[in-house]
Amino acid sequence: MILYGTVKTALGALRRNVLRTMLTTLGIVIGVAAVISMMEIGNGATIAVKRTMASIGANTVVVVPGAATTGGVNFGAGSVMTLTPQDADAIVRECPAISAVAPIVRARTQVVYGNRNWVPTYIYGTTPSFLRVREWTDLAEGEPFSEHDVLNSGKVCLVGQTVVRELFGGRSPLGKEVRIRSVSFKVVGVLRKKGANMMGLDQDDILLAPWTTVKYRVVATSLSSSNQSNSAAAGNLYPCTQLNLYPIPSTAEQADTPQPIRFTTVDQILTAARSSGQIPAAMEQVGELLRERHRLASGSPNDFNVRDMTEITKAMSSTTEMITKLLLCVAMISLVVGGVGIMNIMLVSVTERTREIGLRMAVGAEPGDILRQFLTEAVVLCLLGGLTGIALGRLSSYLISSLLHWPTATSLAAVVAAVVVSATVGMLFGFYPAFKASRLNPIEALRYE
Amino acid sequence: MELIELRDIRKTYFLGEVAVPVLKGVSLRVARGELLALMGASGSGKSTLMNLLGCLDRPTAGEYWLDGREISGLSAKERARLRNRTIGFVFQSFNLLPRTSALENVLMPLCYTREPLSEQVKRRRAVELLERVGLADRIDHQQSQLSGGEQQRVAIARALVNRPSILLADEPTGNLDSQTSQEILQMFQRLNVEEGITILLVTHDPGVAASAQRTIRMKDGLLAGIGEVQPAGTP
Repeated sequence: MILYGTVKTALGALRRNVLRTMLTTLGIVIGVAAVISMMEIGNGATIAVKRTMASIGANTVVVVPGAATTGGVNFGAGSVMTLTPQDADAIVRECPAISAVAPIVRARTQVVYGNRNWVPTYIYGTTPSFLRVREWTDLAEGEPFSEHDVLNSGKVCLVGQTVVRELFGGRSPLGKEVRIRSVSFKVVGVLRKKGANMMGLDQDDILLAPWTTVKYRVVATSLSSSNQSNSAAAGNLYPCTQLNLYPIPSTAEQADTPQPIRFTTVDQILTAARSSGQIPAAMEQVGELLRERHRLASGSPNDFNVRDMTEITKAMSSTTEMITKLLLCVAMISLVVGGVGIMNIMLVSVTERTREIGLRMAVGAEPGDILRQFLTEAVVLCLLGGLTGIALGRLSSYLISSLLHWPTATSLAAVVAAVVVSATVGMLFGFYPAFKASRLNPIEALRYE
Repeated sequence: MELIELRDIRKTYFLGEVAVPVLKGVSLRVARGELLALMGASGSGKSTLMNLLGCLDRPTAGEYWLDGREISGLSAKERARLRNRTIGFVFQSFNLLPRTSALENVLMPLCYTREPLSEQVKRRRAVELLERVGLADRIDHQQSQLSGGEQQRVAIARALVNRPSILLADEPTGNLDSQTSQEILQMFQRLNVEEGITILLVTHDPGVAASAQRTIRMKDGLLAGIGEVQPAGTP
């Protein structure tokens, strides 16, 4: 009730000099509008940066098989094949922090088209979701192969730009057939150019095919041994005959790393966390799930490794943090400038209304009443400015996104912060003038000319 | 019981090291319902006495009994409440809030009252007072749209809105022509007779002082002569 009366009085006092009220508020309006539009543009930039980072694999979590140890001799990562395609299916089904998963079967061998041949850095047997994991879904040409092709070991493939250049001399390879170790693959799509990765390896030097095809028709090694790329005998026309459904590990290996029999294995599993923030959760969920699926007793070491792209993630978080801090600085400066404007005008207002203050004191206003009245005026001024600023800020960020096509993202936090900060600015910068007003001597104030 | 009793009131201002005595021992009794005038040349200390009587300032020494209460030692906050409840001020320069309607000007002192009054009660009281001072048709006029006499009448209504027992008028007719001055003085007399409000007029115009029941003269910080109470005469 008292608050209502004070706010009403404050509004009345502000209405008495509309032009000055508007000019005073302008500082806060511009400050808050700047904060809002900066925050929204900054948010947009952050999201854009995150998306870019995601496309170079920041959200990727890689699962690789563990190491085999025989008689104290460690054979290194990947020397025992422990991951199965079913593991991949289970990960995407049961880990909520994972958005997509792709099993990978690697091969390194010659690809032939016509009279040209080339050995791509990567020949990956995988599923269509590989493209989603690597943020590579929009192809330069053609269509990706389907889940159906994976089930049927379809002889289709996608090729990267480097492969197109080397084998096809830059002409469109769509519908052409390439041979990989005597198996012919129809090119159904061409990947967009991605360039080199952070190690300098050419990511466009790639050929993607259904993993079943690569596994059974191209590589076709025994299942639990490693090094598929060199174990398949060159020139074997029917590699499928080598398929051994029931691999028999050596007794020593069996004793050292006991494990259930796996019918089919993959070289690694590539997964994508839903967001960079969920990477730790994703790694933990994948680890738990795989330990359970591989029936590892508690205390025994993992027969797999889960890795994230720590370096990229760090770069990303420091970049976005930088953007946010920078914008915060700019926002602070503009709000402080606005606040100083408020203080300036409130001081002028106190001087100008000295007689009014004297009169109010004469009719019984206590110093506290005067303090409250001027403080309320400052806060009301700032809040009005804040609200106008929010509207103006939203408008300008809308204009920026629609006219300049910069990415923006609405930010509720910015709106809340703007309101809170403008009220605080009102309090801080309104206090001194209000205090000065409340300390006036009524006799002198009444006599003031 | 006297409404106001001053006992040997002294007020000394200090300009740096120099002490400037302004009131040098003023003793005065004012009965409830009196209409009296305070006269004196400028520099005689009548403004200082007025400020003390209006509880705007505190005496350096002496006792001030208002309505049976010694109030010379009250804090600023307590004096503010006292002013709000028991004292109404009318100034030479009217002191209305600019760009504010007559009604809102009259309502202003009620913002600071501690009495729990509803908005309707406050409004009714203000409207009644404006009607009493003959401004029923000027309620929504702003300060700039009112003549000097009308402004002073709004100021009187404002001074009365908290139903004070004392009205202090500092040169109330100083900025008005003689015709309007007479109207204002008659209004003071009417309020004094009909409402029993104690009124103190500060002036240096003998014509104004003549409308009071008695006149007090000040000279060099002392009361030079306390007149006898006369029936309110026509000036």
